[in-house]
Amino acid sequence: MQRLFQFHGGVQLKEHKRDATAQPVQAARLPRQLVLPLQQHIGTPAEAIVAVGDKVRKGQLIAKPVGVISAPVHASSSGTVVAIAKHAVSHPSHLSAPCIIIDTDGEERWTEDRQPVADYHQLPPEAIRARIRDAGIVGMGGAGFPAHVKLDPSQHAVDTLILNGAECEPYITCDEMLLREHALEVIVGLRIMRYALQARRCIIGIENNKKAAFLALREQVRNTGADFIDVVQVPTVYPTGGEKQLIQVLTGMEVPSGGLPLDIGVVCHNVGTAYAVYRAIEFGEPLISRYVTVAGSVAKARNLDVLIGTPVIDLIEECGGNRNTLSRVILGGPMMGVALHDVTVPVTKTTNCILAFAKTGDVPLASKGSQPMPCIRCGNCAEACPVDLLPQQLYWYARAKDFDKIQDYHLFDCIECGCCDYVCPSQIPLVHYFRYAKTEIWAQQHEKALANIARERHQFREQRLEREKLEKQQRHQQKRAALDAQKGDAGSSADAAKKAAIQAAMERAKNKREANTIQPRNIDNLTPDQQRKIDEANARRKALEARADVGAAQDSEQ
Amino acid sequence: MNLDTPSSPHIHSGVRINSMMLRVCLALVPAIIAYTWFFGWGLCINILLAVATALCAEALMLRIRQRPIAPFLTDGSALVTGLLLAFCIPPFAPWWITVMGAAFAIIVAKQLYGGLGYNPFNPAMVGYVMLLISFPLEMTQWVPPNIVNQLEIGFIDTLNIIFTGNFPYQLSIDALTMATPLDTIKTELGLNVTVTEIIRGNAIFGDFGGVGWEWVGNWVLLGGIWLIYKHIISWHIPVALLGSLVIISFFFFMLDPDAYPSPMFHLFSGATLLAAFFIATDPVSASTTPRGRIYYGIGIGVLIYVIRTWGGYPDGVAFAVLLMNMAAPTIDYYTQPRVYGHPKAHHTIHPSRRDDGDKP
Repeated sequence: MQRLFQFHGGVQLKEHKRDATAQPVQAARLPRQLVLPLQQHIGTPAEAIVAVGDKVRKGQLIAKPVGVISAPVHASSSGTVVAIAKHAVSHPSHLSAPCIIIDTDGEERWTEDRQPVADYHQLPPEAIRARIRDAGIVGMGGAGFPAHVKLDPSQHAVDTLILNGAECEPYITCDEMLLREHALEVIVGLRIMRYALQARRCIIGIENNKKAAFLALREQVRNTGADFIDVVQVPTVYPTGGEKQLIQVLTGMEVPSGGLPLDIGVVCHNVGTAYAVYRAIEFGEPLISRYVTVAGSVAKARNLDVLIGTPVIDLIEECGGNRNTLSRVILGGPMMGVALHDVTVPVTKTTNCILAFAKTGDVPLASKGSQPMPCIRCGNCAEACPVDLLPQQLYWYARAKDFDKIQDYHLFDCIECGCCDYVCPSQIPLVHYFRYAKTEIWAQQHEKALANIARERHQFREQRLEREKLEKQQRHQQKRAALDAQKGDAGSSADAAKKAAIQAAMERAKNKREANTIQPRNIDNLTPDQQRKIDEANARRKALEARADVGAAQDSEQ
Repeated sequence: MNLDTPSSPHIHSGVRINSMMLRVCLALVPAIIAYTWFFGWGLCINILLAVATALCAEALMLRIRQRPIAPFLTDGSALVTGLLLAFCIPPFAPWWITVMGAAFAIIVAKQLYGGLGYNPFNPAMVGYVMLLISFPLEMTQWVPPNIVNQLEIGFIDTLNIIFTGNFPYQLSIDALTMATPLDTIKTELGLNVTVTEIIRGNAIFGDFGGVGWEWVGNWVLLGGIWLIYKHIISWHIPVALLGSLVIISFFFFMLDPDAYPSPMFHLFSGATLLAAFFIATDPVSASTTPRGRIYYGIGIGVLIYVIRTWGGYPDGVAFAVLLMNMAAPTIDYYTQPRVYGHPKAHHTIHPSRRDDGDKP
């Protein structure tokens, strides 16, 4: 029996999970057009390797990764590339991003270069990772970190591989449905991941409100005889599904601030990622589709198997939603999801849920229109915070723009789960303030970094000029020394004669100067009358000079 | 198509300030009933007076400060302030006492500091202390339950007393008022009478505290427990306050039961329970970190005992709360919880943060 631990705070949320789990998952309709963003993961965007007009096949590589932390993109269906251009994507700032847009032909013709692996044990772990990378697999829980990077133990010894099946946000049920329908495949995927990581043991954490999924998993673990896998039920508290929180619940360990789970010998992956790994290794299929929950005020809430790149509105309409009555569309769950500004945004590898709310829906959405009240320091936020922050203080400093103090209160440990916001009786958009503060601090650091670079550049320039001057001097000296050395070889006798001649010339010049400075003879033997006149002239000149001095002094004062 | 694009989270628990404040008022209802049962209609009239004054003062100040009136008037905070203040004023105190106290609490202690969320002190306690210091005579005239019962002072009589100062049967207030249990203990102990003798020889004492007071205390306790159960207040402050008061009074009681009243007497006398669950837990002026709330509660408990036992006032609740209000920001600073993934809590005393190494 696995011992469980508790994380601080958290909130109990109304689940809203019943509707979408009532029927099996079915494939979504093939959309007329697929929009495939070049960046569907954290890291460097991929680089398109197809051109407009190219015919592509299902599963064909259409954008290659750039650098280590990157993932390729594959065509989700066969068709023609009609554009490589910016298109609306899911982004909090409503930015659009470069996408490859494919008109589907409806034929679903697969590419030929699929390479299934009959027995993954035959390949070294590096080769497995390379295949996972080539399949474009990224973390499917939401963050979208390229999976192959997280499957590389590098220098660490990995003790525990955790599979995250704790889908804690309301409405979302895609992982639960995946586990119910493909428990065996997920476990095979987990074993492949364990092999790639060389981990000692595995834990599958699953919330205790997903009984069917839990039973299916346990059954399959028993059947496959994988005694190194523990399937563990964890309490249903939001945000148990957060990586750090799940690790804490299952192991009692905390990921160090600013560190990675790998630092404590743990790696955590989503169950959807395990399934994608299974498909990539067993069938050589890249990640081109995923399970997506469509819920909210749609007529038929359900889970669909969706091709990556399908526009959100297609799925909403397929589930009985009406384009004209929508008031809010959220990608992700109601606690951390992003509200879309455009319903043509495509499903990406990290999209787990689409929540469509109609204007007249009876869904308890927070109305952010009303003015928030002042903070009354009730501390409910601090009580709910899963990382034990003091949101009321963070809020205070964010409002005061005291960005030093706010970092003292560990702003950057905030996981933006929204628990504080959820419980705040003053309805203060706390997370919004924290995001703002983080962005400001990043901007400041960026500016500081730029200033540092500029200063360094200036210093280098100064140093370079100085150095060049010195080098110039040295070159001159060397040149002179070289010339002197050449002359020195011509003979010392000639030199001596020359010196003597110079000496003589200098003597002559000196004598001449002395002769010139001899007093004029006409001032000797002056008569008293002449002497008086000279004295008078001198006095006048002195007076004139004095006046001129006074005038000059006045001028300078003015 | 126009879509809302607020930032996450998109759902809310639905708990608002006014629903919290209303629950606080609701939790006081049993105590109000018990109080009225023992001490007559005075409290009900005082509550009406205090609440009406508080709301008017709030509206006036919001208008002067050019703040939106409706959301702040309906947040329930002025209601709670009025209610708590009325609880502390003697039931037959003249009307202007109540009005003045409530107006002072809202105008000076709350709105002049910036209104809801910005007052460093508990407004009701500031109002009470102002009255206690300025009008000690009116503020200490309590008519004990047995007299209220004997004379059958009805609702009209009470209105008459409060608004005109005329007691029924041509009696004067001086003839009817008596010292409260805390007063009696304090005065008589000064005359070298033992606690047991004081309690035995006086009709105002019941099983634990004063006859009516202990019952009011029971019902306050009940309401307080309900508030904790409903997560309107956290357990930290009440438990720490009552715990520290019990421990310290038990210590002295064991030392000399004749000179120091029992812990039960301290719990069920004066405003101890009201303070523990309703006054010290005022979120705005209290400590907000979990550990800080414990220190804050302990501080109030100890101060209550110290002021009651060795101070100049029979009940130290208001002073204890205000004194600890002052300490709350500092307590908060030194009791930050250890954040996930950090080796230990961070509390340096110097405000300047780590050097970013950007020195040239």
